Amino acid sequence: MANSTTAPGAATAAAFDRRDFDWYVDKAVQAIVFVCGISAIIFVLGIFVFVTKEGLGFIVNHMNFHEFFLTPYWSPSDADDPEYGILALMAGTASVTGLAMLVAIPFSLGAAIYIAEFASGKTRETLKVLVELLAAIPSVVWGFIGLVIMNPLIIKWFDVPVGLCVLNAGIILGLMAAPIMTSIAEDALKAVPDRYREAAEAMGATRWQVTYKVVLPAAKNGLLGGVLLGVGRGFGETMAVLMATGHAVNIPNSIFDSVRALTATIAAELGETVVGGEHYQALFTIGILLFLVTFVVNLSADLIVRGIRKG
Amino acid sequence: MHGRQSKGGAAASPIKLAVKDLRISYGKAVALQGVNLEIHEHEIFGIIGPANAGKTSFLKALNRMDVFNTGMRVDGEIRFNGLDTRHLKNVYALRSRIGVVFPLPVGLPMTVYDNVALSPRWRGITNKAELDVIVQRCLTRAALWDEVKDRLGALGSLLSGGQQQRLTIARALSQEPDLLMLDEFSIAVDPVTTMRIEDVLKELRQEVTIILVTNLVQQARRLADRTAFFLNGECVEIGVTEDLFTGEVKDKRTRDYVEGRFG
Repeated sequence: MANSTTAPGAATAAAFDRRDFDWYVDKAVQAIVFVCGISAIIFVLGIFVFVTKEGLGFIVNHMNFHEFFLTPYWSPSDADDPEYGILALMAGTASVTGLAMLVAIPFSLGAAIYIAEFASGKTRETLKVLVELLAAIPSVVWGFIGLVIMNPLIIKWFDVPVGLCVLNAGIILGLMAAPIMTSIAEDALKAVPDRYREAAEAMGATRWQVTYKVVLPAAKNGLLGGVLLGVGRGFGETMAVLMATGHAVNIPNSIFDSVRALTATIAAELGETVVGGEHYQALFTIGILLFLVTFVVNLSADLIVRGIRKG
Repeated sequence: MHGRQSKGGAAASPIKLAVKDLRISYGKAVALQGVNLEIHEHEIFGIIGPANAGKTSFLKALNRMDVFNTGMRVDGEIRFNGLDTRHLKNVYALRSRIGVVFPLPVGLPMTVYDNVALSPRWRGITNKAELDVIVQRCLTRAALWDEVKDRLGALGSLLSGGQQQRLTIARALSQEPDLLMLDEFSIAVDPVTTMRIEDVLKELRQEVTIILVTNLVQQARRLADRTAFFLNGECVEIGVTEDLFTGEVKDKRTRDYVEGRFG
């Protein structure tokens, strides 16, 4: 495999049998990228093992499945009778994530369709850059917007006592997830070959007919994957949700109720717990739950997106 | 050696397409210029010429696909059924009257049935029985019905290349076009399928006008009533096809090309 100084004649045989500089460079690069690639897996496994180890004590010794999953009472700091029911926290996370998706899906799908199918030239490029910039806004900034701008607006417009609620956090989280979902949805639309569009347009189809009948069906797996990744993002988001929900343990009756999310509970309470204590371990148990749900959501998103590449 | 009977008849039938002083350019590069020709109803009009002759650009200008190619500029006059296509309010209506078959087959990523029913549905036909009739008729005319009648629900993009090309033709026919344009339809198709499609085209000329762009001169000779020879962005010669091969030619390059002495 010597690819440089292969001499003709008798020297050729020797060259075929000699490992030259390029051969060693190739092997070294292979080894380095292998380590980089494998380290991602090692880190993820390591984190999973750590979280499980910390939470396992609670699951084995203290956890009552019925209490943990089916009661809404979360008062871990009660010295005499601490209660660990995460139903209200799950309801908080679910309601905020659900509302966020209602906000984000139409927005991001519309934006992606506009960018990929209708906009052209400079408009398209500008929009793409802006969407990526939006995706780069730190979540604490979004939380700040929820706290300082949305809060008084909701109080004023809807005449409610507190503006930190499901509505506030849902909108903030929706706006946060929309740019990422837009990017992924746009990639999915771009993956549909142009010859399909050209063939359909040649038949006299309008842009919208092409989009609706040809491009969207062809891209539907990628779009669904994008939505699922958005769900995963919403589920795991912490800071913005902590700041905008009101952080009150509560099963919401309306979108104006304050709630508390699973992630925010960990963020807010972990610093005050005794390392290795019951409360500390209970929080890690929530961590295991979050890890599993996010993992399943992302994995299914990945499988769905892969499905379209093969099909 | 069929279809020569309309040699004189073609000239008598009405003009379907009239092109005057056509010039197509991409930025500073001129793809085609100085084209003046008329295509009559129910004739097969062949266009031959080597790569970069401007054949595909010509077709794109006819159905206003230039809007798809940013930077493509078309000057001159193109009249379709007497109407100036350069100044239409609704290019979609124009395109729906013109069926296009591309060099590489494009089975849209939907079922065989939906591929053919797409255009009728866009025209507003929703009745299932009526669509069934159209789908069967178009697939039959494209010589594909027997092969796919038991799997109309299969994805169009999963058919073989030759089948997809006939599906593309069936889809073009489902538009009930006035004009059918085929752009080197046989480059991705085996010889047997090519001959079947050629037979289909001979029958179709009863109903539609056909423009056949091909780089196989013998294909033009087999099918076309009249043929234009494009070379390096100009239209060198237009004439009754057989004359290009055996009769008088205005330009020596035409005879050289059809006899394969070129280059």
